[in-house]
Formats: sequence, structure tokens, C-alpha cells
Amino acid sequence: MSFPLLTLTAAVPALGAIATAAVPAAKRTAAKWLALFFSLVTLALAVVVGIRFNTGSGADRYQLTESHSWIADFGVRYELGVDGIGVALIGLTALLIPFIIVAGWHDADPQETGNTRWRPTQGFFALILMVEAMVILSFEATDVFLFYILFEAMLIPMYFLIGGFGDRAHAGSDENAAAQRSYAAVKFLLYNLVGGLIMLAAVIGLYVVAGTFSLSEIAEMRAAGELEMATNTERLLFLGFFFAFAVKAPLWPLHTWLPNAMGEATAPVAVLITAVVDKVGTFAMLRYCLQLFPNASEWATPVVLVLALISIVYGALLAVGQRDIKRLVAYASISHFGFIIMGIFAMTSQGQSGATLYMVNHGISTAALMLVAGFLISRRGSRLIADYGGVQKVAPVLAGTFLIGSLATLSLPGLAPFVSEFLVLVGTFARYPVIGIIATFGIVLGALYSLVLYQRTMTGPVKLEVAKMPDLKLRELLVVGPLIVLLVFLGVYPKPVTELVDPAVKHTLSDVKQHDPEPEVAAK
Amino acid sequence: MENLIALLVAAPLLGAVVLLCGGRRLDRTGHWLGTLFALGSFVVGVVLFMDMLGRDADDRAMHQHLFSWIPVGGFQADVAFQLDQLSMTFVLLITGVGSLIHIYSIGYMEHDERRRRFFGYLNLFLAAMLILVIADNYLLLYVGWEGVGLASYLLIGFWQHKPSAATAAKKAFLVNRVGDMGLSIAIMLMFTTFGTFAFGDVLAATGETSEGKLTAIGLMLLLAACGKSAQVPLQSWLGDAMEGPTPVSALIHAATMVTAGVYLITRSGAIFNGAPDAQLAVVIVGAVTLLFGAIVGCAKDDIKKALAGSTMSQIGYMILAAGLGPIGYAFAIMHLVTHGFFKAGLFLGAGSVMHGMNDEVDMRKYGGLRKYMPVTFATFGLGYLAIIGFPGLSGFWSKDKIIEAAFAYDDGIRGWIFGGVALLGAGITAFYMTRVMLMTFFGEKRWQPDAEGHEPHPHESPKSMTIPMIVLAFGSVFAGGLFSLNESFVHWLEPVTSFEHPHPVISVPAITASTVVVLLIGVAIAWFMYGKRPVPVTAPRGSVLTRAARRDLLQDDFNHVVLVRGGEHLTRSLVYVDHTLVDGVVNGTAAGVGGLSGRLRKLQNGYARSYAVSMLGGTAVLVAATLLMRAV
Repeated sequence: MSFPLLTLTAAVPALGAIATAAVPAAKRTAAKWLALFFSLVTLALAVVVGIRFNTGSGADRYQLTESHSWIADFGVRYELGVDGIGVALIGLTALLIPFIIVAGWHDADPQETGNTRWRPTQGFFALILMVEAMVILSFEATDVFLFYILFEAMLIPMYFLIGGFGDRAHAGSDENAAAQRSYAAVKFLLYNLVGGLIMLAAVIGLYVVAGTFSLSEIAEMRAAGELEMATNTERLLFLGFFFAFAVKAPLWPLHTWLPNAMGEATAPVAVLITAVVDKVGTFAMLRYCLQLFPNASEWATPVVLVLALISIVYGALLAVGQRDIKRLVAYASISHFGFIIMGIFAMTSQGQSGATLYMVNHGISTAALMLVAGFLISRRGSRLIADYGGVQKVAPVLAGTFLIGSLATLSLPGLAPFVSEFLVLVGTFARYPVIGIIATFGIVLGALYSLVLYQRTMTGPVKLEVAKMPDLKLRELLVVGPLIVLLVFLGVYPKPVTELVDPAVKHTLSDVKQHDPEPEVAAK
Repeated sequence: MENLIALLVAAPLLGAVVLLCGGRRLDRTGHWLGTLFALGSFVVGVVLFMDMLGRDADDRAMHQHLFSWIPVGGFQADVAFQLDQLSMTFVLLITGVGSLIHIYSIGYMEHDERRRRFFGYLNLFLAAMLILVIADNYLLLYVGWEGVGLASYLLIGFWQHKPSAATAAKKAFLVNRVGDMGLSIAIMLMFTTFGTFAFGDVLAATGETSEGKLTAIGLMLLLAACGKSAQVPLQSWLGDAMEGPTPVSALIHAATMVTAGVYLITRSGAIFNGAPDAQLAVVIVGAVTLLFGAIVGCAKDDIKKALAGSTMSQIGYMILAAGLGPIGYAFAIMHLVTHGFFKAGLFLGAGSVMHGMNDEVDMRKYGGLRKYMPVTFATFGLGYLAIIGFPGLSGFWSKDKIIEAAFAYDDGIRGWIFGGVALLGAGITAFYMTRVMLMTFFGEKRWQPDAEGHEPHPHESPKSMTIPMIVLAFGSVFAGGLFSLNESFVHWLEPVTSFEHPHPVISVPAITASTVVVLLIGVAIAWFMYGKRPVPVTAPRGSVLTRAARRDLLQDDFNHVVLVRGGEHLTRSLVYVDHTLVDGVVNGTAAGVGGLSGRLRKLQNGYARSYAVSMLGGTAVLVAATLLMRAV
């Protein structure tokens, strides 16, 4: 038996969660360092996964596989394996968690949460590691049922993170804040649970049709022509899966839980939601929807593309209209998820590679912007854009990093998001020119909400309340600095990621029997 | 020698990184460092130029491939440079004028506590602009294209504490983004048509596709050019961009960045040559803008805004010329270079005047300054003579050629129309520039103490400022004549842009004569209005046209009503819709299905603990179910 590397990448943060939770109440700082330590070990393991993964042309689709019987009677197996897309997203998750932990270093101190009876600090960091473990394992699962369990189970720690550790910068009273926070947490939970329930029905349906939950077995059956799936059955099953993923991603009109959740959660948790957990939704569209139901995916493409297009434009317009910094970033994310989903369903190699790269880049850029926004909000104690002004003058480094985060969000060439956004656009345009052109309006709107946010908060005369605002501290710089370096690096040299993702995209495209459209003038 | 190309970009890029990340310890040396990096790039440019001159005309293009940037399937983008005669012309202009403006800024920004950052941004601009002109494919060009947009954004908004500056910066970026949509779509069209977007491959294959495709690509490139080069209908940002420090107006918003659209169209010549309809659109945009800018320039009392109108108008000439095809490309670029000299010189002169006048920009409060700042007066005066096309000076050679080429657009009515517009523009140019000259340097002194009682004491600027002005004045006087000796400039560019001799509808001497006559009429009218009569300190009400021109011919008002107000209403109503309708319908559907809405409300009223318990219960059920399944 080979070394269970993949299990280990998920087991380390899970163990870390238990260890952190077990730290005695008084040793809060030790708990933080412990959590950081485990997240860094996980990152190191993710790097090992990346190195061990073979991108050569003859390499297996799923590598580093592990397989054990789990619930034998239902054919549920503990089956793991990664393709390039999985590796990229595991890398993203493992990368972001240490930053989230450091950024949230003081978010769960007792004086912040106002709760001393239980151990909020230990709980906070343990929950983050728990989410990490589940998300990483969900990128590794190659058994549909195993994936489903993880997809649902990660809601539990997320629910507590949103509901239990809200943003203290709230306009209303404490009581009001608590109520809004609970509302956001419950809304998050219920939306995702409903999605999950519908998916559960589809998972069972799939078992009835295919007799197995194993991706590899289903692929073999399909290749051998043994998989009989009536058109309508396939479409229904596709819809069941897609609905759950579209809630999580989130796709218009199922998006309304996200602004609530991101607005009420602390900034690091908001990043955890949109940069990490939501990626499971778009990842699963690529892996499960397209691979399991290729014909239905093709059937649904026009509708999905239109919904994605609506998300892009609608999310951006809503972002322009927001008065709350964090809700603005949430709507911007909705717009970006529209791009990701559009890229996936454009069914071209540029679209899907771009979409995968987009998941990674969006994770990093949103983390950069949102975490700086969090630092800003914690200084002034308000999330309202109107409460800021002239910050640039008093805290130039904070403003500078905020600007770079904004520029990444508007996909400035030279920074990573540009590469992915352009690939998605060109990949979509190649097959659906009209949709591609309309989506291009997104680049103007993206500039609008990003720069309006920057202008209103950072420029102009210095508001009295921000006049004494300190600039970024060392801890905060250590969070933002590396993220910015990554944004520049992946903007200039995205090749390591595109090469990693390429073979997986080729497999997915051959699953759905699609080829890139040929250019009109043949290459010489 | 090829391997030096990347150094052109690397030097100012390194400068930007060092200056922007270096922190306060570089405050005292930052401006020198920034200037050194700019000069370093210029030296590399000159070395490469010498090498290029030593080779045959057809063998002058150099290439440097750095690395594969975005390789996905058939989509292959490289970071690779191409330095041919066209790029070389730009490299020398950018680094040369750029270095001068760095030197000028040492004095101009002396009292600004953020001078180091200013130089960092200037270096960043140089790096981006150089990427733009030496990229060997459209996607890398796009990086430079938006990079200069970013630098322009940062520099227009350099005095961010002024809300007007922050707004102007944002506006410039947004309007440019509209143009960038055009560039994006053009690149996508190239990819689906040719399977590539490298200059060499695309431009060689234009014959193999339909005219319709080429027209579409051409129109999208024109949209991009309109944004960056402030051409109608995307010109509205340039006037506001004058909020930036004056050296920025000289370098970015006059001499270099705003001419990027002309570069794009000239570079894409093979596409436009195959798409006459797109060319017509280019010519129309150029002609409309050259009049638009000139009319706006006549009405402005703010010296920088008058010059901004002039810039718009002069770039209109270049765009018009570029739209004429092989008879115009070389002249478009020639005018671009001479304009780079005299317009940069004029802006630096305006900055020098402001420097001596407590940053006053209203020309009605100048007057008689020639006595107080003789060097500024002399250099500004030479720039003035150059821009109006005074015979023998730079502008005469380059603008006259464009007017000739416009008359040669075709044998019939088009030649007359566009030739006529170009000629008329020359007259208006003479008028508004004479107006600027007279109001600033001649007549009675009209300045008064400001609100705090400080009376301006106009004085000549320091050497670091006047020397660049003198150098540029030399260019304004001699460059055009030098370029026209044996048509040397045209021959230099011919291998890249190709060249055909224009055959105008009327004879060349007649055109030259009419240009001079029109020029004299413009000067004379201005003299009657602003030289002979005293200039009132407060602006008279003026005719309807004057009032409209002061407001940029009402384009901003239109934008404000339609785009800004309309957009605000749209987003506001969408926020409402999202909150009530979308959220409501989705929640409501859920309620209809499972009474979730009610449960939502009920749960909301509870305590966190009760959720915890219910969640724990849920987990327990889940675990039990799994175990049970295993047991069964």
C-alpha cells in the first residue's frame, strides 16, 4: 500500500482542530500558534502533493489514489484521488488558511466576542481547521457519496463560524447585531441544506441508475457503453447536483445568502466562505456535473450561461450600489463566480482552464482585498463606506495594499485575475460571441465598483474619525504582503498553474465530447 | 544586441519598485534615483538605435523572446518584444521626453512631501508605456495599455486629498476601460479568426479572411484608440486629467500616453488597409475630434485646459492621418513626434508660469509675463510657433503633410471634406494658441492678491525646469525640418508602415499657401480680440457656442444625466429589487416548499445555543445513519 498522502493532507488539519480545541482555556495564545503550525504543515503537505503530481502526457487522470471499503452494502468507498484541478484548489485552500488564521489572530479574543464562559479562541481556530480538512478532502474524494457527506458536513463548522464570531463593527445595537448575525448564519445554513437535500436525492438516483458511487467505475462503464441513462433521468440528476452547487457557488438568483453571510462574519471568515468553501461548488460543477452527466450538461448550457451572465452584470451593478464595504466585496464575488461558471460551461479549454485559474486567483485577490478591508474596519469600527475618507493620507501603506487588492479585483493586466478573466472571456467568445461580448461589460463595471470604493474610503479630505488611524502593523503586513507578491507572480507567470490544470481540462472536455473551435484561418 | 531590449523596460520598472517599496529612507534621494533609471532606459534606447542605424532598412527589426506567458491549448501568449523602426521612434520619444520631464519634476515637485512616490509613479509609467510599444503581440500590448492607464490614474489623482483630483482619476480610468473593452474584443476576434494575436502572424494573414471580420476588428481597435487617445466620443476624461501635476500633463496627457491610439492604429495598418469602412470611421473620428478639441480650446480660460483641448485636437490630426492608410501613417507618427516636443514644451512652460504665479491657472489673471519669465516666454513662444505651423518650424512640416494627405483621401468629395476640415482646424489652432500666448505673456498684468492676501511674485523657474524647456524648444524648432530633409522620416518608417505618395485634389503649393493664409487669419482674429483690446479679468458671458465650449460642448452634462444619474437610479433600484424581490421570491419559494421561511424566522429568535444543539442533533443523526448503513 502506498503512502496515504492525500488522507494526510486532510488528517493534519483535522488533528490540528482537535488539538487546538483541547488547549486549556487560559492558553489562548498557544492555541493560536498551534493552529498556525498545523495549517503550515498542511501547506507543506499540499506542496508535496503538487510536486508528486505528474502532469506528463501519459499520466493518469487521478493520481495519488487511495481506496478502502467503507459502507460495503451500498458500495460506498473511501476513495481519494486528485487531478490537476484538485491539486490547484488544495493548494489554494492550504495556502489561504494560514493567512486567514493570522489575519483573524485577535478576532476571537474574549474581549472581542464578549464571551468568557466557553473557549472562543480555541473554538474559532479549531473550526477553521475543521473547515480546511473537509474542504481539502472534498477536493480529493472520487466517490460521490463521500463527496456528498463532506459537502454537507462542512456547513456545520461554517455555521458556527458565521453565527458565533460576528463582525463587531455593526451599525446597530449589540442585540441587533446578534440578531442579524444569527439571521445570516441560519440563512447560510438553510440555503445550503436545501441544496444539499436536493443533491442527496440525485445522489441516490445516481446509485439506482449506475449501481455505484465511484467516479472511476462510472467512467469505465460509460467508456464501455454499459451505462444506460435515459435522457430525462440524466437531466433530472444533473439538475439535482447543479442546484446544490449553484447555491454554494453562488449563482444568480440563489446568491442572496452570500452578502448576509459575508457582511456579518468577521473578515477572515468571509474570506473562508467566498475564497475557499464556495470554490467547492464551482469545482463540483466541473468534476461532477460535466463528468457524470455530459449530455445533460450540454442541454443545460444555454440556461447556465445566461444565468452566469446575469450574475456577472447583476453582481457588479449591485456592488456599485452597496453602502457596506463587506457586502460590496460579496456582490463583487457574485460577479466573479458568474465568470467562473461561464468559463466552465463555455466548454472550451481556454474557458475551463481560465475558470480553474479564476478560482485560484479569485481566492487570492478576494483574500487580499477583504483582509485589508477587515483591518480597516477594525480600526474605525464601521463597515459603512460613508464613514471613511482620506485614509490614504494617514495610513498610506494600508491604502496602497487596499488599492492593489482593488486593482486585482478589477482584473488589471499584470495581476493574476487578468489572466483568468481574459481566458474565460476568450474561451466563451470562441463559442458564444454574443455572450462573450456582453460579459466584457463586466470589466467596465468591475473598475467602477472597485475604484468607487477606493475613492470614497481612501481619498478626499481626512475625516475626523480616521485622523488617528494607525497604519498596517507587522502582523497585518505579513498577511497582505505575500498575497500581493502571489498576485503579481501569477499575473506574470501563471504557467505552473495552467500546466497543472491542462490535462484535467482535456479529460473533462473529452467527457463532454467537445473540441475547441478551430480558428477561421488555419495556422501555417 | 537583442538582449538589451528587455533592459528598456527593466530599468524604470525596477525604479518604480524601489521607489514605491523603499519607504521613507529614500525620500531624500528618490527623485535622483528615478531620474537615473529613466536616463538609463534612454541610454539603452540610444545604443539600440545606433545599432539599428547600422543595418539595412529591411533588416532592422529585433526580437527578444523572454518566456511563455499564458499557454492554454491553442491560446499561446508570450512575453516577447519586438523593436522595429516604429517602436524605436516611440522608445526614443518616451525615454527622451520622459527623462527631461523627470529632470523638470525635480524642481517642480521640490516642495511636495510625496515627491519620492511621484517619481515612482513616473517610472512605472515609463515601464508600462515601453511595454506597450515594444510588445510583439496584442495581449502584451494590452498589459502596457492598461499599465499606462494605471499610472495615469495614480498621477491624475496624485493630490488625492482634493476630491476633484480623485474624481478625475477615476473618470479617466473608467472611460479608458470602455475603450479597453474594444481592445479585449479585438483580441478575441483575432484569436477566433487567426488563432493568434501576435503582430507578425496576424498582420501577415489579413488577406486570408473577409473584409467584414477586418472591419469588425478595426472598429474595436478604434474604440480602444478613442479611449486612450481621448477621441470623440470617449474624450471627456482628458480635460479633467489636468488635475494632475503639470509634468504629468506634459508627459502622459500630451506627449506620450495619449498618442498610444495612434500607435495602435498604425501598428495594425494591415488590418485597416483591408477594411476601408473602418478606415473611414477612423478618419471621421479624427476629423470630428480635431474640430471638437480646437473649439473647446478656444473657450477655456484655464491654461492647462486650453492646452488639453489643443492636445485632443492635434491627436485628432494624427488619428485622421492614420485612417488615411499608407499615405498617412508616416505623417501621423511624424506629427506625433513633433507634437511630443512642442506640446511637452508648452505644458512645461505652463507649469513654469504656474510655478511663478502661486499655482494660478486662470489666464485672465496672468498678463504681461514675458518681462518676468523671459526663458519661459522664449521657449513657450517657440512651442507656440511650432504648434500653429509657422513656416519652417516643426509643426509646419508635419501638419502640412497631414493636410495634404487629407486632401488626397480620394478624388472626390471626401478629399475636399476632410482636407477642408484639416485646413479649418489649422486656422482655429492659430486662433486659440495666439489667444493663450497673448493672455499669458502680453498685455497688462492682471494678477491680484489671493484670498489670503498673497500677491504673486512672478519669477523665472530654476535651472532644472528651464533646461528641459530649452531642449524641447530646440526639438520644436528643428525636428520637423530635420525629419523632412530628403523625406528621411518617411523612409525610416517605410519598411514598417509602407508608404504611398498622396495625390491631393488640389496642388500641393496651393495647399501650403492656403494653410499659411488660414494661419494668418487665425492669428489676426486672436490679436483683434485679445491683443488690441484689454482682456477682462472676469470672463464675459459669451455666445451660446462659447458657453457650450466652456462646458466641453455639453458632453459632460450628457454623460452626467444619462450615465451617472441613470446608472445611480439603476443600481439603486437593483439593490431594492435584490433585497425584496429576488431574496423574497427565493425565500418565498422555499417557504412554499417546506415552510422554511417560518422556520427561518423562528430560528432567528432563538439563541445560538439552541442552534448548536439542533446542529449537534443533526450531526448525530447523520453519523448514526452511516453506522446503521454499515451495520445492515
